[in-house]
Amino acid sequence: MIEVTGLTKTYGAHRAVDDVTFTARPGRVTGFLGPNGAGKSTTMRMMVGLTPPSAGSATVCGARFTDLPNPPREVGVLLDASAQHAGRTGREILAIAAQTAGLPRTRVDEMLELVSLTSTEAERRVRNYSLGMRQRLGIAVALVGDPEVLVLDEPANGLDPAGIRWMRDLLRGFAQRGGTVLLSSHLLGEIEVVADDLVVIGRGRIVAQGTKAELLASAGTVVAPAEPTDGAALVRALGAAGIVVTRTHDGALSVEAQPREVGRVAHAAGVPLAGLRAADGAGLEEMFLELTADTQRETPAPLRTAGVAA
Amino acid sequence: MSALVTPPAGTAAPGSTPVAGTTVRTPRPDLRRPSFARLVGVEARKTFDTRAGLWLCASIVVLAVVASAAVVLFAPDEALTFETFASAIGIPMAIVLPVLAILSVTSEWSQRSGLGTFTMVPSRGRVIAAKAAVAAVVGVVSMLVAMGVGALGTVVGSALAGTDAVWDSSVSSLVGIVVANLLGMAVGFMLGVLLRSSPAAIVGYFVYSFVVPTLLMTLATFQDWWADLQPWLDFNYAQTSLFDGWPGGEAWAQIGVSSLPWLVLPLLVGLWTLRRSEVK
Ligand SMILES: Nc1ncnc2c1ncn2[C@@H]1O[C@H](COP(=O)(O)OP(=O)(O)OP(=O)(O)O)[C@@H](O)[C@H]1O
Ligand SMILES: [Mg+2]
Repeated sequence: MIEVTGLTKTYGAHRAVDDVTFTARPGRVTGFLGPNGAGKSTTMRMMVGLTPPSAGSATVCGARFTDLPNPPREVGVLLDASAQHAGRTGREILAIAAQTAGLPRTRVDEMLELVSLTSTEAERRVRNYSLGMRQRLGIAVALVGDPEVLVLDEPANGLDPAGIRWMRDLLRGFAQRGGTVLLSSHLLGEIEVVADDLVVIGRGRIVAQGTKAELLASAGTVVAPAEPTDGAALVRALGAAGIVVTRTHDGALSVEAQPREVGRVAHAAGVPLAGLRAADGAGLEEMFLELTADTQRETPAPLRTAGVAA
Repeated sequence: MSALVTPPAGTAAPGSTPVAGTTVRTPRPDLRRPSFARLVGVEARKTFDTRAGLWLCASIVVLAVVASAAVVLFAPDEALTFETFASAIGIPMAIVLPVLAILSVTSEWSQRSGLGTFTMVPSRGRVIAAKAAVAAVVGVVSMLVAMGVGALGTVVGSALAGTDAVWDSSVSSLVGIVVANLLGMAVGFMLGVLLRSSPAAIVGYFVYSFVVPTLLMTLATFQDWWADLQPWLDFNYAQTSLFDGWPGGEAWAQIGVSSLPWLVLPLLVGLWTLRRSEVK
């Protein structure tokens, strides 16, 4: 369990994190989303006592992180996989973590096996690690104390497809056994698959939070008529039913309504369908872009052509 | 122990989402703060487990041997005494040991390993204290090793020259040298804590121990008031008494008083800021 209350961090006049309040619950994976510079990493650093907050507080397992007697046994933290002494070997970094937490040396080999780092790779210096290998090592360090809570900042960053799937299963399994997972990521597809709850921030402020189901409920439907020529008829029928068609792509329509309703309208209009499904991947992406639209760097302004005919 | 990674069978059916608040975990009665001894063990390990650390420690022995060899080769026969060896070895030691002390602190920031260190042990003061303990032990042991090399040099040197080995250093003057070197390490450590950057602290150390003393000596030749105060306010100057026999009561008092502005106060400021700073 992680409880964050009114967490605020100001750097000079800049409010990097502004009154952030949320709870990450046991048995659930909480996805922490936001554009670049939104304050995710800063919030996570405040949660684990690396950055003193300007206001507010955070508790992990019922206590402030800095009051935990032996943090690695309760909270696994991965904030930046590259933040390791480049001259140490992977095995040595794990061994230091195990020794600090008071764990037996055998734990090191167990963890290396868990994250699929071979023993020759473990003997290499971290300077020579690939990004994905660093990430795996970081996850191994986070898990070494068999914690109850995981705080992971972009853990899937740099992992190969098999690694991403492994990570997904690992986090799901961790939550299913009663653990609490808070993870940030820009891979919305990943978050969508793995997260139960979402917290979205933009420019330091929470712009949305809730269960994934709640937040994506309004994401809409993708529907494709069996005959492309029926497209116009379907748009007309949906329009008549007061349903907004937001977008069309390769013959399919994105519709702001539940699949059940769209199916009914199509049936009534006598339009045979080739596909009808709830918008998923695009759902979270759409929701994310919409929620953070006014906090985005890239404003979706129309492309302007350079003054050719000035 | 592996409650999460290898859970007892049947903790939760796949796909089910446990009700908030349920804990399907083994209780852990062993949640205790790491002992100071354990932290010292970890920090000692971190001193030697990188090439930089290993070479720094190896260089102490290597430089001691090189310095002794240089004395045997270049010093006149009558100068082949233990004191000559001890002072020749002392010069590289006075540089290497403070750098070792500096890096033990600053590498946590320069290499960013502090992110891990201070999330595993949030009480930063205890980590820094453990580092100080390790630095002190490494300092004393290296100096004993160096003196051993110096003694060997005296025996070999005099045997080669066909003279009797001359043991002209008293135990108290050797202890004085050890204390002076430990103070040098303390200065390095203080600069590391205060600046938290390897290059800044190393440059700072050389300015502190080679540039500042010259400036203060120059000041003393022109300003009488400073010449009177210097023994009490110039830390480097006060330490010179450690090299001519054992300091008396007043000399110790001067070392103590002059350490306040030059060591104790900046160390306290450094510790205060370090414990409140952002680690990233
Ligand atoms: N020490 C500091 N001084 C000034 N500004 C800072 C400092 N640390 C962070 N910031 C600012 O705080 C904001 C939040 O940064 P943070 O790293 O938390 O973003 P993020 O959500 O993790 O972004 P990303 O997705 O790119 O990782 C940024 O605007 C950043 O520039
Ligand atoms: Mg970040």
